[in-house]
Amino acid sequence: MIVAEPKPIKELLEMVQDFNKILVIGCKGCVTVCNVGGLKEVGILASTLKIARKKDGREIEVGEHVLERQCDPEYIDEVKDIIDDYDAVISLACGVGPQFLSERYPSARIFPGVNTKFMGGAVEHGVWSERCAGCGQCVIHYFGGLCPIARCSKSLMNGPCGGSSHGKCEISDDVDCIWDIIVRKMMAQGRLDELVKFRPPKSWTTARDGGPRKMVREELVI
Amino acid sequence: MNDFKPQIVAFCCSNCASSAAAVADGMKKTLPDNVKIIQVPCTGRIEILHLLKAFEQGADGVYVAGCQDDSCRYISGIKKAAKRVAGVKRILEEIEMDPERINIFNLCAGQGQRFVEVAYEMINRLKEIGPSPVK
Amino acid sequence: MSEYKAGSNLEKVLKAGHFAFTGECGPPQGANIELLKEKAGHLKGCVDAVNVTDNQTAVVRMSSWAASLVLLQEGLEPNFQMVCRDRNRLAIQSDILGVYTHGIRNMLCLSGDHQKFGDHPESKNVFDIDSMQLINTVKTMRDDGKFLNGKDIDVPPRLFIGAASNPFAEPFDFRVYRLAKKIEAGADFVQTQCIYNMDRFREFMKRAVDMGLHEKCYLLAGVTPMKSVGMARYMAKQVPGMEVPESLIKRLKGAGKGKVAEEGIKFAIEQIHEFEEMEGVAGVHLMAIEWEHRVPEIAERAGVLPRPQV
Repeated sequence: MIVAEPKPIKELLEMVQDFNKILVIGCKGCVTVCNVGGLKEVGILASTLKIARKKDGREIEVGEHVLERQCDPEYIDEVKDIIDDYDAVISLACGVGPQFLSERYPSARIFPGVNTKFMGGAVEHGVWSERCAGCGQCVIHYFGGLCPIARCSKSLMNGPCGGSSHGKCEISDDVDCIWDIIVRKMMAQGRLDELVKFRPPKSWTTARDGGPRKMVREELVI
Repeated sequence: MNDFKPQIVAFCCSNCASSAAAVADGMKKTLPDNVKIIQVPCTGRIEILHLLKAFEQGADGVYVAGCQDDSCRYISGIKKAAKRVAGVKRILEEIEMDPERINIFNLCAGQGQRFVEVAYEMINRLKEIGPSPVK
Repeated sequence: MSEYKAGSNLEKVLKAGHFAFTGECGPPQGANIELLKEKAGHLKGCVDAVNVTDNQTAVVRMSSWAASLVLLQEGLEPNFQMVCRDRNRLAIQSDILGVYTHGIRNMLCLSGDHQKFGDHPESKNVFDIDSMQLINTVKTMRDDGKFLNGKDIDVPPRLFIGAASNPFAEPFDFRVYRLAKKIEAGADFVQTQCIYNMDRFREFMKRAVDMGLHEKCYLLAGVTPMKSVGMARYMAKQVPGMEVPESLIKRLKGAGKGKVAEEGIKFAIEQIHEFEEMEGVAGVHLMAIEWEHRVPEIAERAGVLPRPQV
């Protein structure tokens, strides 16, 4: 899933300080799963905004709405009859959501309510970890099914570097050295011969480096 | 000291805190009327939003009274509640309200005396902090 | 064509079978060319080539190619270092052409320390290619006369290709294979991380020799004299992939006040003597960090002077 974290309340309050009618829009996709932009979090943010504003003696009206997804135009349409009732919108979806809203409703003021972090998963309850860099050309099968592009701090294709220490990356003890894991796994599988094979430079044309990406699948286009 | 009567919402576990309340009742000890009790089957069911709603509606203080960490009827309900109370404390701090307006207490079923004490503890703390700015 | 791959002094010294002795010089954090000349001046005549670091520890300094040119003008042979952190493959290849054009003949290929440690942790890193691929890039440019896109180079750069190896980083069992991989990718010489755990290095070299790596590549053992007990502790705890045995820290402490630096130098000299005898070791790379002025004395006492003229 796409993993996001809440923006600090202070930052959000500053963003919307000039507005008195705010619509908070959540998303039932990834941000619900990572507990940052679902029904619950929409309620919490709405309540917090109201408390903070009341405290300062400034009334605020906060609407709450949760969309099936904010990355599909058909769901974005759902708020077309209510969005004009508000001065501003806070989207609790990943970076895609507020942009789809901005594109669909050109006159609306749309604000991002979360910081989108990475593509990853929950390694334990309340802990998420990055797994994919979206490079557009998956090569994990060369590396014991683990991705050095996303998970090595230097995206080394021929690691590990000299900074690997006790299974941890040189940048932080909180970061596992993925190359340590790759090497140990592949050696245990008896695949040393693959490990010592030189991996040539990767083409980044399919990654973000190749420019903003678009995908068309003719069989699905109506 | 001052005549401010803080309005307090207390979320109480029906397994321990409510039994303690009954014991307190038997001891002819009653809670002051400015403490409103909301009985819950387990404090683990209390969401951050429930706690916030109390503040949004103008409560001066909120507390959760639940089991001891090692004797929760639903094993980890009280620990979850403690984390959510901590979460609300963080939110209060962020919007520059005193995080001491919310607290959590661990009780046992037989502690009628303690049940009443924590209510007064909160009342006294809130008297020091003063009325909620959210009115 | 010449019998040499690049014809640098370092290559000639190694090829002639001499025990090589290289030094290191960090460019200044500014445009202080006089300071650079002074630091490099200490190394003159004491070493076969001088590594010129490339924004080491991700701290901004005078660019390594520019400082390398200054060394060339001062009559020293630079070993131009390049990291993959700050350049994409376009910049990498154009810098390679540029340094060769100006007379640089040695190049050490590194991934580079992550910018998180440095003085611009907010920066974006590149890592378009890694150190292994950088080694292979220089080799492809030199031996095949081709860029990474397969196009021909009009006058290919001829550089003596260096790589780094850390025998102490984990997983230990894989380290010698990674060295082999670097040699396969095109490394002509390898300089190791600073060595303090001699037992572990002996084991590493034994494995390297068993695999015949010393016959395919010149292996230079890394030596950094300890200046103080504090430095030893810092290296032991703070520098990733560095191994400093407790026995060495004890030995330095035992030297007593005012004599620790001398003990550090003594240990370094003992190491150099052992490396001279160790099978597969072709030389020593002396990294006297901010201690360039002590290099002549260390070289003299280690008995590596005068340097051979090839």
